[in-house]
Amino acid sequence: MSDTSLPPTERASGAKPSLSKSSLSRRRFLNLAGIGAGAAVAGGGAALAAPAAGTPDPNIVPVPDWTKTLGAPVNENPYGKPSVFEKDVVRREVTWLTASSQSSVSFTPLYALDSVITPNGLCFVRHHGGQAEIEPDKYRLMIHGLVDKPLVFTLEDLKRMPGRVNRAYFLECAANSGMEWRGAQLNGCQFTHGMIHNLFYTGVPLKTLLDMAGVNPKGKWVLAEGADAAVMTRSIPLEKAMNDCLVAFGMNGEALRPEQGYPVRLVVPGWEGNMWVKWLRRLKVGDQPWQQREETSKYTDLLADGRSRRFTFVMDAKSVVTSPSPQAPLKHKGPNVLSGIAWSGRGTISRVDVSLDGGRNWTTARIDGPALPMSMTRFYLDFDWAGQELMVQSRAMDDTGYVQPTKQELRAIRGTNSIYHNNGIQTWLVRSNGETENVEVG
Amino acid sequence: MWKSAETLLASALLAGALAVSGMAVADPQPGKPAAKAEKDKTDKARQAVNVAAPAATAPAAAKAIALGRPALQEEIAAWNIDVRADGEGLPPGKGSVKEGEELFLQNCAQCHGEFGEGAGRWPVLAGGRGTLKSERPEKTIGSFWPYASTVYDYVHRAMPFGSNLSLTPDQTYAIVAYLLNLNDLVAEDFVLSKDNFPKVDLPNEANFYDDDRETSEKAFWKKNPCMKDCSGEVHVTARAQILNVTPDGDPPKGNLE
Ligand code: HEC
Repeated sequence: MSDTSLPPTERASGAKPSLSKSSLSRRRFLNLAGIGAGAAVAGGGAALAAPAAGTPDPNIVPVPDWTKTLGAPVNENPYGKPSVFEKDVVRREVTWLTASSQSSVSFTPLYALDSVITPNGLCFVRHHGGQAEIEPDKYRLMIHGLVDKPLVFTLEDLKRMPGRVNRAYFLECAANSGMEWRGAQLNGCQFTHGMIHNLFYTGVPLKTLLDMAGVNPKGKWVLAEGADAAVMTRSIPLEKAMNDCLVAFGMNGEALRPEQGYPVRLVVPGWEGNMWVKWLRRLKVGDQPWQQREETSKYTDLLADGRSRRFTFVMDAKSVVTSPSPQAPLKHKGPNVLSGIAWSGRGTISRVDVSLDGGRNWTTARIDGPALPMSMTRFYLDFDWAGQELMVQSRAMDDTGYVQPTKQELRAIRGTNSIYHNNGIQTWLVRSNGETENVEVG
Repeated sequence: MWKSAETLLASALLAGALAVSGMAVADPQPGKPAAKAEKDKTDKARQAVNVAAPAATAPAAAKAIALGRPALQEEIAAWNIDVRADGEGLPPGKGSVKEGEELFLQNCAQCHGEFGEGAGRWPVLAGGRGTLKSERPEKTIGSFWPYASTVYDYVHRAMPFGSNLSLTPDQTYAIVAYLLNLNDLVAEDFVLSKDNFPKVDLPNEANFYDDDRETSEKAFWKKNPCMKDCSGEVHVTARAQILNVTPDGDPPKGNLE
């Protein structure tokens, strides 16, 4: 493939990566992923650094220093940090994607995460005008338009509001996997699928606030607007706003992080992430959509016939194997745990199947942890690896009966220009040395 | 206390089990409104699984909640900046292509190019007509955007990048007029105003239609996806490593200082 096969980026259609100048060598990338290019896969149950049989393990004899000396005091880090040995587990940018890092994206390191909740500091970040810094005392939320009583709320008002709820939802950017429409491009699930996170939100139902303002019967849409320098806006159907949207001030038990919209963001369960307006400042009720830039120029899906779908809000069921994956290669023959995530904007993940041979044969994976509607679900396949080449895939199903399509099935309907809503089945090629690569199969 | 904690746990586990074994799906009828209402109810019940007493979920709805305060007209006016496709929200004012050219060269061209062609990797704003079906579509105001109102709204709201909300209505009208002229949609002597605005149509408007995935992609709702011998021999047809465009975790470099 030549560089002309690269899809346009989400935003800047003039963006072009300088492929030849890419600073990345394959060896450096694999080092980042935790193994050298030539790392040997250990056979059987043997650990990588195990001593010869019969020789005592130097990690046991003598007793390690950390067992014989006092450790750090309790409040060494008043706000705790991950172990220093996990320093590579961070968000990463693809700098060639966008012209400005104030309107850009950094990706969740899915390959290193497990369970279903994303740690607050690792949630992917997408800004359109940089990160706003809002003093909580100066925060205001305005509701107006087709309502009986236009209202202004403070943060304290929202925190005193009756009916506070806690709900777990995934947030996926509509452009997640958008770089993969024309073929395998980025080598790591952090980059191919990392525009997603899954959090427990604390907040109040949007319905409570709209009811207080009294929505006029002519009201059909709500414009949500942010207080950042993009003054981000999206039109949301009133029916959705009244059904399950939240005005949230908490994530995973603490205040929203600044990059997630501190102090208040909108939660729009199952729908594309751009609608979850951060730094929420205004809600306006109207009788038609506003046709804002982010629902016309962007976040519309250009199909092969030159026409475009708009208001494609719901995120289709999707899944990806996070381990093994290019940044998390296989290191051992014998017992291994394949792990991945699945989610659907239409409801609950009912089943995930895994294939190790590129989609010829499938085994139903084991789901563990909560399987909640519009929330990330974790699946596993415990398997023995004899060192043969694998073509790993996962296929999610939800409780509406939707089955995640192959990339070919998706392209047959949508072409390759739509940028958004790519939920096709991902393939990882695992080589006999454990090295894993993003590929397409046919 | 103990008892209720146990009950909560049990109900959570039960809901988990239900969710996982929820395979016995009703006939997939995604489009049906009745089915949708039913589905919304199920989804809500599942998310609210740990709510002990259902009655407690409904806030004192009957009683007015004494929080928030009325918004003043001046406050609404200060934040009410949206402009709709039918022209609602446009402020009084006007501006010519000529004035717009001057303003664009001063405030926009360093990123978007003198003719909206895009400098470096910044967005292209003009041209691209007839490219939407091609390998590399160029989506611009002239080739792609459905409504001119969006140009007014967005330029005022978010541009110039780095000093948004700084343009007056007259300046914004002028810049929009210039952008329409760059896209061959109005003549060089055109003056755009609140009054003639709704008459400015963009050529690609008719090519947008509402989400129809639940009908056009109905084939993706399958009862029993294939599990065994689903295809012939499978081969690798494309590889990411050949492109070698994956970043390596170097610290991000900003373009704006
Ligand atoms: C410092 C660089 C810069 C300057 C100066 C600038 N822009 Fe932009 N412009 C951007 C960036 C970056 C975006 C994309 C922002 C995003 O997507 O979040 C953009 C987006 C746009 C878009 C939307 C493009 C699309 O296809 O959706 C329009 C229209 C626009 N700018 C017009 C203007 C006008 C008019 C001016 C001058 C008043 C201006 N810009 C000044 C950087 C700039």
